[in-house]
Amino acid sequence: MMRKLAELTMLDGISGNEQEIRKFIIQNLADKSLKHYTDSIGNLIVKGKTDGSSNLKVMLAAHMDEVGLMVNYITDDGKLKFSPVGGIDSRILIGKHVRVGKCKIPGVIGYKSIHLQDKNERESVVKIKNLYIDIAAKDKENAEEFVNTGDYVAFASEPVFFGENRIKAKALDDRAGCAVLMELLEEVWPFELYACFTVQEEVGLRGALVAANRIKPDIGIVLEGTTCADVPKVKEHEVSTVMGEGPVLSFADRTSIADRELFYHFLKTAEKEGIPYQLKRTTTGGNDAGRIQTSGTGVKTMVVSVPCRYIHSPVSVLDLNDLKNMLNLVSKALHILPELGR
Amino acid sequence: MNTDTLVKQLCDLNAPAGCENLSAEKLKSFFEPLCDKAYVDPFFNVIGYKKGTSKNPKKIIITAHFDQIGMIVSGFEKGGFLRISNLGGIDTKALLASEVIVHGREEVFGVIGAKPPHLLKEDETKKNVKMTGLFIDTGFPDDILKQKVSIGDPVTMLAPVVTLKNGCIAGKSLDNRTGVAALVLILKELQNMKHPNDIYVIATVQEETGLLGAITSSYSLEPDLAVVIDVCHGDMPEADRSQCFPLNKGIPVAIGPAFHSEYTDALFEVAKRERIPTQRCIEPGNPGTEAWAIQVSRFGIPTVEACIPLRYMHTTAELVSLKDIEAVATLVARYVSEDIIKTTEETF
Amino acid sequence: MISLIRELAGAYGPSGREEEIRNLIEQKISSKVDEIYTDTLGNLIAVKKGSENGKRIMLAAHMDEIGLVASYIDDKGFIRVSNIGGINPYVAIGQRVQFQNGITGCVCYEENITDFKDLKLDRMYIDIGANSREITSECVMPGDIAVFCGETIEQNTRFISKALDDRIGCAILIKLIEQMGDCPNEVIFVFTVQEEVGLRGAGPAAFDIKPDIAVAVDVTGTGDTPECKPLAIELGKGPTVMIKDSRTISHPIVKNALIECAEKNNIPYQLEVMSVGGNDAGTIHTAAGGIPAGAVSIPCRYLHRPCEMVDKNDALNAVKLLDAFIKMP
Repeated sequence: MMRKLAELTMLDGISGNEQEIRKFIIQNLADKSLKHYTDSIGNLIVKGKTDGSSNLKVMLAAHMDEVGLMVNYITDDGKLKFSPVGGIDSRILIGKHVRVGKCKIPGVIGYKSIHLQDKNERESVVKIKNLYIDIAAKDKENAEEFVNTGDYVAFASEPVFFGENRIKAKALDDRAGCAVLMELLEEVWPFELYACFTVQEEVGLRGALVAANRIKPDIGIVLEGTTCADVPKVKEHEVSTVMGEGPVLSFADRTSIADRELFYHFLKTAEKEGIPYQLKRTTTGGNDAGRIQTSGTGVKTMVVSVPCRYIHSPVSVLDLNDLKNMLNLVSKALHILPELGR
Repeated sequence: MNTDTLVKQLCDLNAPAGCENLSAEKLKSFFEPLCDKAYVDPFFNVIGYKKGTSKNPKKIIITAHFDQIGMIVSGFEKGGFLRISNLGGIDTKALLASEVIVHGREEVFGVIGAKPPHLLKEDETKKNVKMTGLFIDTGFPDDILKQKVSIGDPVTMLAPVVTLKNGCIAGKSLDNRTGVAALVLILKELQNMKHPNDIYVIATVQEETGLLGAITSSYSLEPDLAVVIDVCHGDMPEADRSQCFPLNKGIPVAIGPAFHSEYTDALFEVAKRERIPTQRCIEPGNPGTEAWAIQVSRFGIPTVEACIPLRYMHTTAELVSLKDIEAVATLVARYVSEDIIKTTEETF
Repeated sequence: MISLIRELAGAYGPSGREEEIRNLIEQKISSKVDEIYTDTLGNLIAVKKGSENGKRIMLAAHMDEIGLVASYIDDKGFIRVSNIGGINPYVAIGQRVQFQNGITGCVCYEENITDFKDLKLDRMYIDIGANSREITSECVMPGDIAVFCGETIEQNTRFISKALDDRIGCAILIKLIEQMGDCPNEVIFVFTVQEEVGLRGAGPAAFDIKPDIAVAVDVTGTGDTPECKPLAIELGKGPTVMIKDSRTISHPIVKNALIECAEKNNIPYQLEVMSVGGNDAGTIHTAAGGIPAGAVSIPCRYLHRPCEMVDKNDALNAVKLLDAFIKMP
């Protein structure tokens, strides 16, 4: 799983441009006989193996897309102006390396150097409209040989295993979920499993809605990478999650309230199996569960996530044991869902 | 009828968001002579249907919203004044010293006044005016006004479309009656063209207040492809050039997560072949148009968008070029008349 | 009516935890309707069959109330919180709140706040009088939700209580079920969940039911208190027929029918134009390809506070208005 995770993070899949991820997942399905379907918005839906003992429909969702940038204007001197795709803190951008467009043209995000900034500029937050990508083009015409407006821009950040059991990479939100979901597809399930690798979560939970409309599941479980701010100077009740303390169960966030039975089922499974887990300490943020829950005539949902520090940046970090435990917990809990009467 | 007259007639219709029933039937009469069936649906979307020639026609919808921003009466103030609330995204800066019509039991003329500069305190001139600080002066005594007008009555701006230089026009509601004009022109072009697929042009309601018409019509028609026609920002001094598009320099075609990339590529190809210039309109997230709702209707609907550059959006000075309206109509008509829908295999 | 409202408003039921209020309502109406069931998200749906081949009308009132969810318990036993629905931190200061199991606490803020502009819920906490994490954890765990305490009283024809938003709407629907008798149209009464967190319950219910028309029965703000924002709605001047709020513009069919019913039966009513706020009509009218929807609201002062105040006659007139509405041919 760790190798797959690392490979997944090396691919670029900004919201609306997820085909690299989709292709990788299809190519690396453990069992080539699994039926899969790509819908018009780009969700990849894979039907898992079932022993046929129940026709309960369970949708598992992990989003393939990541935050990034999009070129929206090319200046006369060949610099690329851009907009963020998804939520990005403009303060992380200066000096970052990026890949532009299908040909992955290398570039850097520039801003005039500190020596040339006046006092006000030094102290204030730089606005995205004042930043640009430099691919070292001579002028607009030269830039247009390589780049077009509308091209997606991804952070260039290779995965690094470091410290004790840690990985640094871009897009851990939510390639981590994708990696777990790919593992889960290797098992045989006592219900109908629909593994949904969704698109466009970062721009408004777009893919999950249409996937849920198609599948009409009884239960929806979202596998996510979630915020983790267990770093110096953050108060303990504001850290959201703690790295290394296990997968995260959310009782509520800004887009959904967990189904109570599912929530306790996961919690009790973790306790019974001795799998470490933690409860999310904040209710900020939202994810695909919000759209799945209110789709159709309503769906019971639950979110299980892995803590990711520095989320939405090229240097996200997660703890590999958290990820293993997440896989273990989701697998164990799903095999004994109360809805199965077991 | 030339395009100039068509647009002017369409702009004269009053259809503030949520009150499109005022004009739906009239709008239908524009579609009726040009298609196989024209009808008004339960939400007052106005739909024109043209049957395709294929044995197994696919379904394409082309939407352009016909609601306009406006106001709604929210209360009375002594002296013949009305309090107002917004219908859609009104820029209150553009309301001071305007002429309006209140659509009550009868149409009532009124003005939104402004305090004379002589009486303004210094801090007042520096602040933007809020909706709660604006009143419609109707000139009627209170008791007579209450017989004519009720809370909830819609209010529209009064600013007939005028013709400017170089084939441009300006006035209210060009957002998005220009798009509706394009729908009429598309139906006209399709008269002389063979098209395999069934085509529905839809003048939609309540775009300005939450995309209701796009939500309801795309759900009930279940199309295989949707084309949205709406306005985008024209070039204006001091505005961000990445979000503004010069007039008469090509049809801005939207690019971004909300738009199906292959169908969008196909639109560019048709434009290239037909020698219709295009521009690239970059939308990295919610474009604020009907595409956002249609794309996620039901199981997902591939959606593309072609735009008409318009300056001074949501004011009574909205300005467009007639040539852009004609070009977008030609482009979309050629596009939808192609055998463009790819059949996908449903596996589950 | 007071005893019914006292019972309903007193019941525990923040968004996502509606079991108790749902059971109470079910027990009150189950013998008086033709069919009753709870859907996936917890909406309680009760059907009164029509006597003729009439329309199918959905009436929706939400059961849930706002609350504070325990998000973290610190080592001293203080409970950190986050909001469920629209809770204003200033309103929460010093309030008593109660968890489902009866544990009561008071809402306090970090003492070092000097500028109240900085007051946010993440600088506030619930104190239940425990002095360690262990003791608190015995009765409250993260995810548990506390609601305001605020008992129901009747005074000067007014009801004052917590959770009148929208237990008053629930009471109106229950009264209607009790007194409506035969009706040509089928009426589907939906007591919805999770309205306060984003109108989440009503949409799926409407998608399932696919009624011909729908009316949300909720509360709305007023413009009749000292120095308040201008708003042409007053307590005691009748229920409102919604023209628009921030989510919905009422469908003309629904709006006009409601106005006609009020005029014909001499029921006082007011017209509601709001630029803020929304109610269940917002997700009903976009469900299943669109359902013509509107709303009838009860004017309510001090919304989302423990002392919400409505007028008894407005509620009784709402029952009359809806009774006339559902019997329209």
